[in-house]
Amino acid sequence: MSSELLEVQQLEKSFDSIRALADFSCSLRQGEILGLVGPNGAGKTTLFNIISGFLAPDSGEAMFHGTNFIGLPPHRIAVAGIARTFQNLRLVRQLSVLDNVLLSFRNQPGERLGNVFFRWKTSKEQEAANRKEAISLLEEAGLAEKAHDPAEDLSYGQQKLLSLVYCLAAKGDLLLLDEPVAGIAPEMIEKILGIIRDLPNKGKSVILIEHNLDAVMQVCDRVIFMDAGAKVSEGTPEDVRNDPRVIEAYID
Amino acid sequence: MEYLLHILILIGIYVILSVSLNLIAGYAGLLSIAHAAFYGVGAYVAALMALNLHSPFLVNVVCAVIFSGLLGALVGIPSLRIRDDYFVIATFAFQVIIFSVLNNWVSLTGGPMGLPGIPQPTFFGLKISSHVGFLLTIGFFCAVTLLITRRIVQSPFGRVLKAIREDEVFTQAAGKNIATYKVLVFVIGAGMAAVAGVMYAYYISFIDPTSFTVMESIFIISIVIIGGAGSLWGPVAGAVVLVLLPEILRFLGLPSSVAANVRQILYGGLLVAFMMWRPRGFLGKYAFQSGEASE
Repeated sequence: MSSELLEVQQLEKSFDSIRALADFSCSLRQGEILGLVGPNGAGKTTLFNIISGFLAPDSGEAMFHGTNFIGLPPHRIAVAGIARTFQNLRLVRQLSVLDNVLLSFRNQPGERLGNVFFRWKTSKEQEAANRKEAISLLEEAGLAEKAHDPAEDLSYGQQKLLSLVYCLAAKGDLLLLDEPVAGIAPEMIEKILGIIRDLPNKGKSVILIEHNLDAVMQVCDRVIFMDAGAKVSEGTPEDVRNDPRVIEAYID
Repeated sequence: MEYLLHILILIGIYVILSVSLNLIAGYAGLLSIAHAAFYGVGAYVAALMALNLHSPFLVNVVCAVIFSGLLGALVGIPSLRIRDDYFVIATFAFQVIIFSVLNNWVSLTGGPMGLPGIPQPTFFGLKISSHVGFLLTIGFFCAVTLLITRRIVQSPFGRVLKAIREDEVFTQAAGKNIATYKVLVFVIGAGMAAVAGVMYAYYISFIDPTSFTVMESIFIISIVIIGGAGSLWGPVAGAVVLVLLPEILRFLGLPSSVAANVRQILYGGLLVAFMMWRPRGFLGKYAFQSGEASE
């Protein structure tokens, strides 16, 4: 296979008579930040749901590290290294901020019932190590002093930041970020964009959906503009921004 | 004195039942009204083995736990496909089936006549015949149940259970195979409930199906909710309060025919009051909810 990290080929998905994805293909290089823009209902979130295994496409393939993963359940895809956030901001609201981050760590021995009773020491050691790492991730993001508060007590912007930290804790190669900066204060936008911009230096690749075009321009290497389930235009952020079809869609 | 010990023994049995149901309903958010079925299965397995095979007490406990645990898996599996209210109905169906089997399989269970004459158990070489002996044995199993539950809820395994309660989709996106967790938690909870059943059968020395009806399941749920779902000690507090309550009525001098009805009204009233004014129960940190919080 090619050296692409993710390769999506001819995805097709319809809900009743609406074509949410129409023969959609795209690919992502290692260390690349790809932006998905387009009007509501363009199929962006549908694409995320298919890549993360929550929706099955009607047809098409998706390869991650060269293997087709369509048909795998969401948790297997997550363990394989694809982490995602949700547009409507899912978090375990009643658990602490720290527990939310800890939940995201893959391969925890203490999550196996047998280990909880018979290899308690191993589980505890790994938990302590994870805890340390989670705290340092929270420190980097400036959320450390909130570590023991329930996640629901954070501001909306902080919750978005937390969901990003949560994706980092997953240690996957690919992050799918659904509207990471929508509806939050400018200084928080800067902070989150700063973290995203730095992700390729950590060996991670990103696909992000965002309506905030300025944010997309700032962090993305490449942008795909979608409408009605299909790719309308693709290129550098400047190319896409100057594409008359995009201008038309955003002015309408 | 015997009366006091009797009450303490009953509290012990309900502590085991409610702590184990709390693991399923309070921590993992799977509201089940089949708990009395597991309780009954434990009691019948132990009684039948003791009566027919004359097998030792501990062997009967182990067999009851295994058998009930397997049935627990059977109830846990539908929870993978059906959720919320529909799941409650599925557990209700299971509860009704188990009751019908106990009530109608006369050649095995004695049907409505029940199983009398369950012999006194021997535990670590000591014959348990006195109230004190039973209280100590039940206290021992309560402690074991609480220790196991504490270990589970403080572990990363328990963290996943709480996450499933809050948001199944999110938990899957975090790479957790929620199916395994749901089935396992049912197996553990059902196994623990069976221990309570075994102790009940030996203690009373007579069992019949009426002790294991859906009303009993609802009573155990009331203990969990009033005590505090999702907290370790909540159900313990709930068991103490709800078992003592009717005894207090007894001292008010109500005739027993009236007291029985007043008791039902009190339970119902308490449950409604807690749901309205203190949904998290006495000691709980979280409001009780089954299934997924709405977005």
